[in-house]
Amino acid sequence: MSRPHIPHAEERPQGASRSTPAPASFETPASRAPQDEGALLRVEKLSMRFGGLLAVDDLSFDVRRGDITALIGPNGAGKTTVFNCITGFYKPTSGRIALASGGGALDAAALDRLTRSSARGNGALWLLERMPDHEIARRARVARTFQNIRLFAGMTALENLVVAQHNPLMRASGYSIWGLFGAPGFRAAQAAAVDLARNWLDRIGLLARADDPAGALPYGDQRRLEIARAMCAAPELLCLDEPAAGLNPRESADLTALLRSIRDEDKTSVLLIEHDMSVVMEISDHVVVLDYGRKIADGAPADVRNDPSVIAAYLGVPDEEVADAAQEVGA
Amino acid sequence: MEVFLQQLINGLTLGSIYGLIAIGYTMVFGIIGMVNFAHGDVFMLSAFIGLILFLALQQFLGLHSAALSFLIVLFLSMALTGLWNYAIERAAYRRLRGSFRLAPLISAIGMSIFLSNFVYVAQGPRNKALPGSFDEVIKLTHGGAYDVTLSYKQILIVVVTAVLLAAFWYVVQRTPLGRAQRACEQDAKMAALLGVDVNRTIAATFVIGAALAAVAGVLYLLYYGVVNAADGFVPGVKAFTAAVLGGIGSIPGAVIGGLLIGLIEVFWSAYFSADYKDVAAFSILAITLIFMPSGLLGRPEVEKV
Amino acid sequence: MMATGSDAPSPARTALVDAAKTGLVAGLLAFPVLALRAEPDFSNKLVLQQRWSWMLVAAIAGFVLRLLLALAPTAKPKSATQTPTERAARKGPKIFAAFGLAIIAAWPFLVLLVVGPSGALKWIDNYGVQILIYVMLGWGLNIVVGLAGLLDLGYVAFYAVGAYAYALLSTTYGVSFWLCLPVAGILAAFWGILLGFPVLRLRGDYLAIVTLAFGEIIRVVLINFSALTNGDAGIASIPRATFFGLAFVAGPRGFDAFFGLPFSPVHRLIFLYYLILVLALVTNMVTLRLRRLPIGRAWEALREDEIACRSLGIDTTKTKLTAFALGAMFGGFAGAFFAVRQGFVSPSSFNFTESATILAIVVLGGRGSQIGVAAAAIVIIGGSELLRELDFLKYVFGQDFDPTQYRMLLVGLAMVVMMNWRPRGFVSTREPSIYLGASKSIGADLVQEGRG
Ligand SMILES: Nc1ncnc2c1ncn2[C@@H]1O[C@H](COP(=O)(O)OP(=O)(O)O)[C@@H](O)[C@H]1O
Ligand SMILES: [Mg+2]
Repeated sequence: MSRPHIPHAEERPQGASRSTPAPASFETPASRAPQDEGALLRVEKLSMRFGGLLAVDDLSFDVRRGDITALIGPNGAGKTTVFNCITGFYKPTSGRIALASGGGALDAAALDRLTRSSARGNGALWLLERMPDHEIARRARVARTFQNIRLFAGMTALENLVVAQHNPLMRASGYSIWGLFGAPGFRAAQAAAVDLARNWLDRIGLLARADDPAGALPYGDQRRLEIARAMCAAPELLCLDEPAAGLNPRESADLTALLRSIRDEDKTSVLLIEHDMSVVMEISDHVVVLDYGRKIADGAPADVRNDPSVIAAYLGVPDEEVADAAQEVGA
Repeated sequence: MEVFLQQLINGLTLGSIYGLIAIGYTMVFGIIGMVNFAHGDVFMLSAFIGLILFLALQQFLGLHSAALSFLIVLFLSMALTGLWNYAIERAAYRRLRGSFRLAPLISAIGMSIFLSNFVYVAQGPRNKALPGSFDEVIKLTHGGAYDVTLSYKQILIVVVTAVLLAAFWYVVQRTPLGRAQRACEQDAKMAALLGVDVNRTIAATFVIGAALAAVAGVLYLLYYGVVNAADGFVPGVKAFTAAVLGGIGSIPGAVIGGLLIGLIEVFWSAYFSADYKDVAAFSILAITLIFMPSGLLGRPEVEKV
Repeated sequence: MMATGSDAPSPARTALVDAAKTGLVAGLLAFPVLALRAEPDFSNKLVLQQRWSWMLVAAIAGFVLRLLLALAPTAKPKSATQTPTERAARKGPKIFAAFGLAIIAAWPFLVLLVVGPSGALKWIDNYGVQILIYVMLGWGLNIVVGLAGLLDLGYVAFYAVGAYAYALLSTTYGVSFWLCLPVAGILAAFWGILLGFPVLRLRGDYLAIVTLAFGEIIRVVLINFSALTNGDAGIASIPRATFFGLAFVAGPRGFDAFFGLPFSPVHRLIFLYYLILVLALVTNMVTLRLRRLPIGRAWEALREDEIACRSLGIDTTKTKLTAFALGAMFGGFAGAFFAVRQGFVSPSSFNFTESATILAIVVLGGRGSQIGVAAAAIVIIGGSELLRELDFLKYVFGQDFDPTQYRMLLVGLAMVVMMNWRPRGFVSTREPSIYLGASKSIGADLVQEGRG
C-alpha cells in the first residue's frame, strides 16, 4: 500500500516556478517513454445548450492514457461545462463521450457497436453520456474536483478521504450487515482504507492535520485535499477544474509536482482545466483550447502557444486576467 | 352537464380563496426562502377577526347593512391581520434569518401551534357560525334535473379577489416597494448595499401576505358561514400546494395554482369521494413536486456545479 | 434621571421606547380575538362577551417581556474554532451522560421509593415511558434529519404504520407482540422505501412538504378506510405484551403470582418502562455503530455536499433510502410499542403535531447528537407533561380555569423561544467518526445541515 513520497518543491530537480517558465520544461521529460497506448477518453461532436446559449459547440478531442491533457480557454469558454458532461452532472445535448477502462483500447468498431445497442457500457468501454454521475465515478472510474471547492467541510480531512473509498468499503462491510457486527474482514478493509488515506495525507503534506475539519484548512490545503480525495476513489481519469486557482507560487509549484507524480507514479491520466499558463505549459503533454464552446486549437503545448488563433482568442477578449494569461503564453 | 357547471362555479370560488392564501406563501418563500408554516393559521385567525368584527358591528353599532359591514370588516381585518403577521415576523423569524434552515421552519411550526391554540383558548373549541348574509342566488339554468345556481356570495368572492389581486399586482409591479421586494428576492445582500431597507421590505411582504390571507379569511367565513380554531392547517397546506403547483415564487402562478386546486378538490368530491378529497390535494402536491418541481410558472432551479 | 446630555438616546431610553411600542402592538393584537369572545346564547346565536381588560394585560405583558429581553445580557458570538475551554467542556456531556443514564436506569425504583406504588403509576408512565418513546422517535428521526440531512415532516406516518401493524395483527390474527415487533419495523421500513423512492430526489423544503403530505395521506386513509381501521373510532382492546408468556394480570397464572409478588399494576408499567428503554438503547447503539460504518459516513457526507458525493461514486438515492428506511423502521418499532402500551390506537394520535414535536426534539437536541436529542426529548416532553400539573392555577384564576387548555399554546410558544435562543440546538458540535490522533469536536459553523 505504501507509495513513494513526492519530493517537495525545493527538492525538485527542475527549477520551474510560476514567474519564469523555463522553455526546457515545456518538453516532455526524456525519462518518460512516449506513450502510445492510445486514447483513454474520446469526446466526439459534443454540444451542450442552455436555453439560447450554446455553451459547448461540436467539440471533439481525445485524452490519451498516461497524459496530462489541459483544457484551456478564456472565462466562459465552456470548459467547466465539458467537465460536467464528462462526469455526468449535465446530460449533453448531443455527442458521444467514450471511455476505455482497464487499459483497453478505444476500438472504433466496438464503440460503434456499443453505441447502436442501448447499453451504457460493456465493462471495458463506457458511453459516459448515458450514465448517471455516480456510475461514471464508480464504474468508468472518472474522478473530479470542482472549480469551487466541494469538500465535506464539517468532516475531517481523514474522513473526507475515507468517504472517497465508499464503494469498496460498502462491499467489505457486507452492505453494513457484517460491519454492524464488526466482522474482521471489514475491519481489515477499513484499516487498509485508513492506510491509503494516511498515505495521501502524507503526500499532500497534511498528515498533521488529519483530524481537523476540512473546512478549517487553508485554501491551498483544501485544493490539495480535494485532489487527494478524488485519487482515493482510485480513478483512471482524474479531472481537475482549475486546481491552481488562488494558490500562491509556492503552492502552485507543489501542485505541479503532485500532478506529475499522479501521472507518473499512480499511472493516472489527468484532464486539467487551468488558467495559470505557467502550470499548463510546464506539465501538460497535450493542450486543447476552447473559445466560445468551440475548439480552436489542439496539440502539444509548444505548438498551441504559438498558434495565432489562440493568441487572438486570448487577446480578443478585453479582460485583464486573460490578457495576463496571454502574456504568459508568450504572445 | 348541470353538475359540471355547478362544480365549475364552486371550484372557482374555492380556488379564489386558496389563491389569495397561496400568494402569502409564495411571496415569503420568494423573498426569504422559508416555508411560512404559520400562514394557514394566520388565515384562520383573520377569519375569527372577521367574525368578531361582524358581530361587533351588529351588536355595538347596530349596523345591519351587509355591504357596508362587509367593507368595514374586510379592511379592518386586513389591517389587524397585517399587524399580527408583522409582529410574528419580528418576534419569531427575524432573528433566525440567515441561520440554519431548520430553525425558522421549527419556529414557524411552533408559531402555527401557538396561533391555533391561542384562538382555541380565546374563543373556545366550538364551531362559530355567522348568520347568513348575501344568501340570494341566481338560477342560471331552469327545468333540468338540477338548477345551476350562482350565489351572490360567489360573485362577491370572485369580484373581491379580482379587484384586490389587481391592486396587489399594481403594488408589486409599479411601486418602489415592489421593486425593493423583487431586488431582495434576487439578492438581499446586494439590495442592502444599494440602499434598500431589507428589514422593512421583508416586513412589508409579511404584512401584504397577511392582508391577502385576511381577505381570504373573511371570504371563507362568508362562504362557509362557520369557522373553527383548527381550520388553519388543511386550507394552509392546500394553499401551499397551490403555490407549489403554480411554481413557488411566482405570484400569477399562485393564483392559477389556487384555482386549479379549488377545481380539482370540488370535482374530485363531486365525482369520486368527498372523504378522500384531501388525499387528492396532497397527492397532487406530491406528484407536482416529484415530476415538475418548478411548477407551472416557476423558474427551474438549475444546480450549477 | 436619564439626562445624559448627549444627542444620542441613552440605551435605557431606547429600551423603554421599544418596550412601549411592543406593548402598544401587543395591546392592539389583543383586539378583537382576546378582548371579545363570541359565545352562542340560549337561542344559539353568537353574542360577544366583553373582556377589554385583556387588552391591557396583553399590552403590559408585551411591555415587560420586551424590556426584559433588552435587559438580558446579549449572547456573545460563539467562536468558530475549538477553544481549550470547549475541549475541556466536552468532558461535561460524558459525565452528564453517565449520571443521566444511571438515573434513567433506576427511574421506576427511584419513583417507587419516593412516592410509593400508588403515586408511582403517573410518574413512571407520563415521565418515564412517555419520554422514552419520544427519545426513541427522536433518535430514529435523527438518522434521517441529523445524519443524512433530509427533512422529514411526516415521520409520524411510520409510527402509525407500526402501531396499526401491531393493532391489526394482534386483534385479527392474535399474533403475539414479540412476533409483531419486528414485523412492524419491517413494514414501516417498507413504507419508508415506497414513499422515499419517488421523493428523495427533491431538495430541502420540498422534501419536507412532500413528506408532510404523505403523513397526512396516511392519516386520512386511516380515518376513511374504516373496513380495515375502524375509522376515527380506532382499534381498542389490543392485547398486552407478556413477559415470556406471563401476562400482567391478577390470578394464579399472572406475572405477579409467578414471582410470588402481590398483584400490582405498577409491575406492568415497570416492564413497559424497561422494554422501551431497551428499544431506545438498541436504536442508539445501532445508530452509533452505523455512524462509524461506510454507510453512516456516506449519510453525513450527503448532508455536507451531495454533489461531491456523486462525484465519488456514491449512489445518493440508495444512500438516502437506507437512511429513510432505517429511520422509518425505528419509528415502526416505537409505534408497535405505543400500541401495546395504550391498548388502543386511533388516527388522532398520529397527526401533524406529533411529527412536528419529534422534529423539534431533533432540531433542539442538535442535529446528529444522540445525547442532545435525548436531552431535548426530556425537556420538551417532560416540560409539556409538567404543564398538565398546573392545577394550582385554579386557585389563582378561579375554578373555571382549565390549565390543560394552555398546554399546547405554551408548547408552541416554547418552540419559537427555543429556536430563537438556540437555533443550532443543545449540542451543535460534531464528533469525527474516525481519527488518526485524537478526536476533536468540529465547530457548528463548519458542519452543514444538508439541502435534502
Ligand atoms: N447550468 C447552466 N445553466 C445555464 N448556463 C450555464 C450553466 N452552466 C454554464 N452555463 C453557461 O455556459 C457558459 C460556459 O460556462 P463554463 O463552462 O462555466 O465556462 P468556463 O468554465 O470555461 O469558464 C457560460 O456562459 C455559463 O454562463
Ligand atoms: Mg469554469
